[in-house]
Amino acid sequence: MGKTIAEINERIKRGEAVVVTAEEVIGIVEEKGAERAAQEVDVVTTGTFGPMCSSGAFINLGHAQPRMKIHRAWLNEVPVFCGIAAVDIYIGATEMAEHDPLNEVFPGEFRYGGGHLIEDLVAGKTVHLRATSYGTDCYPNRAWERDLTLADVKEAWLFNPRNAYQNYNVAVNLSDRVIYTYMGVLRPNLGNANYCSAGQLSPLLNDPLFRTIGIGTRIFLGGGIGYVAWHGTQHNTEVPRGPSGAPTRPAGTISVIGDLKGMSPRYLTGYSILGYGASLAVGIGIPIPVLDEEVVRAAAVRDEELVAAVVDYSHDYPQGTGKLLGEVTYAELKSGSINLDGKVVPTAPLSSYSRAREIAEKLKDWIAQGRFLLSEPVELLPCSAREEEVG
Amino acid sequence: MVRHKVVLHFPHEQVDKPIVSKLVRDYNLDFNILKASITPREEGLLVLEITGEDDDYQRGMDYIKSRGVSVQPLSQDIRRNDERCTHCGACLAVCPTDALRADRSTMEVLFDDEECVACELCVKVCPPRAMEIHY
Ligand code: SF4
Ligand code: SF4
Repeated sequence: MGKTIAEINERIKRGEAVVVTAEEVIGIVEEKGAERAAQEVDVVTTGTFGPMCSSGAFINLGHAQPRMKIHRAWLNEVPVFCGIAAVDIYIGATEMAEHDPLNEVFPGEFRYGGGHLIEDLVAGKTVHLRATSYGTDCYPNRAWERDLTLADVKEAWLFNPRNAYQNYNVAVNLSDRVIYTYMGVLRPNLGNANYCSAGQLSPLLNDPLFRTIGIGTRIFLGGGIGYVAWHGTQHNTEVPRGPSGAPTRPAGTISVIGDLKGMSPRYLTGYSILGYGASLAVGIGIPIPVLDEEVVRAAAVRDEELVAAVVDYSHDYPQGTGKLLGEVTYAELKSGSINLDGKVVPTAPLSSYSRAREIAEKLKDWIAQGRFLLSEPVELLPCSAREEEVG
Repeated sequence: MVRHKVVLHFPHEQVDKPIVSKLVRDYNLDFNILKASITPREEGLLVLEITGEDDDYQRGMDYIKSRGVSVQPLSQDIRRNDERCTHCGACLAVCPTDALRADRSTMEVLFDDEECVACELCVKVCPPRAMEIHY
């Protein structure tokens, strides 16, 4: 017999819900079987924390006196997007502060960009606004400067077009020189292999066919509350899959939104990626309602069963050849080294597993204490594999 | 008699030359190798404790520098700002020693400054810039 989200919420309100993390559910399903686990467990919490470049924040600055239709603006010298209404702006996570040397001195350090600005705002720090305009009859002001904090602006929402990638490549370097990529520093001749997923804790790997995660799903976002707004850009579900249904290539993504004012710099951290650019590390946790056996079985997936593809970032990735060098499991990646054609290659993550675990635990506590209820998705996200199964 | 701890950075083309052995032969210096490794850029990194007469030490270091080897005192200190470290693990790809390593059960990245040779490779690689140089 299945459960509904409404029934699970009743149990959460009564303080009776059984909530476990995506790590804990592995042992439960192993010990009791999926059928009993589906009856006993109500919610499985997941987590991930890693650089997510496709992130940013909408802010309404409130009006200056006299009023101004902002044409160009900078916050802490980071240019912000102004091509919307008079005082609405968007901070892009990878935008660099003016006069940053970028990669002129290679590899560039990218010390301060949009991600750092968002972190500073969330940390309550004062940032400096500079705005210019051409003046109109209704908005005569042409220049505006002021210091502000997050508390001073009218609205501030984190709105990220693509986050929480369902699986990702493992990056290596086959060339004979060091390369600097968004996947970190890659030493020559297979010197290291970098990966970026929380594996068995990762939200979308635990609901591989998007049976529960949809538009309107309430989530842990940046330390506060957010929602799944839509599927993310580049969302792709036509990919090879393993036994749990989990994709073995980069696949689904989500677009997320939430009030920046409730978030924390611990889970929204500005990153400087050497030789590449600035970014924002985002913490996301998604609760998976255990509706039935299928759901809990998929959520019990373990690192040993989750596979990622190894890609050469010196040639194949930049040239888009589509060539893969092999496949490895997350269990191998997390052991500290992988074996590629007989060569032992040390691994390094970019996604923090310890912080992913912290997020899953935190979300579990929120739900167990009745402070976080599950929401009913308005519509599920597109997924060809699920739609074929149902249809 | 003087005793100094120094970090030597060997450029790529000098890695296989017998530069250090000359210190013993021509400058009467004694050394202990505290750490030796090849960095990702194929540069050599050697941390030595050198003892000898002050005069010999100065001349020995002048000789080494003339071969393109940089000499830094090991007084500079790399520290981790634990508040900023997100335990992402990006530094594991570059640290030439065991100073930065992962605890595989907690998946936290541990920093052991006893093992650190102050090569600074982690400093710019760390995305939240948690590794700091203190002088
Ligand atoms: S790269 Fe920096 S933040 Fe990441 S684990 Fe190393 S010290 Fe910590
Ligand atoms: S400076 Fe950084 S990379 Fe170099 S040994 Fe110390 S911890 Fe490792």
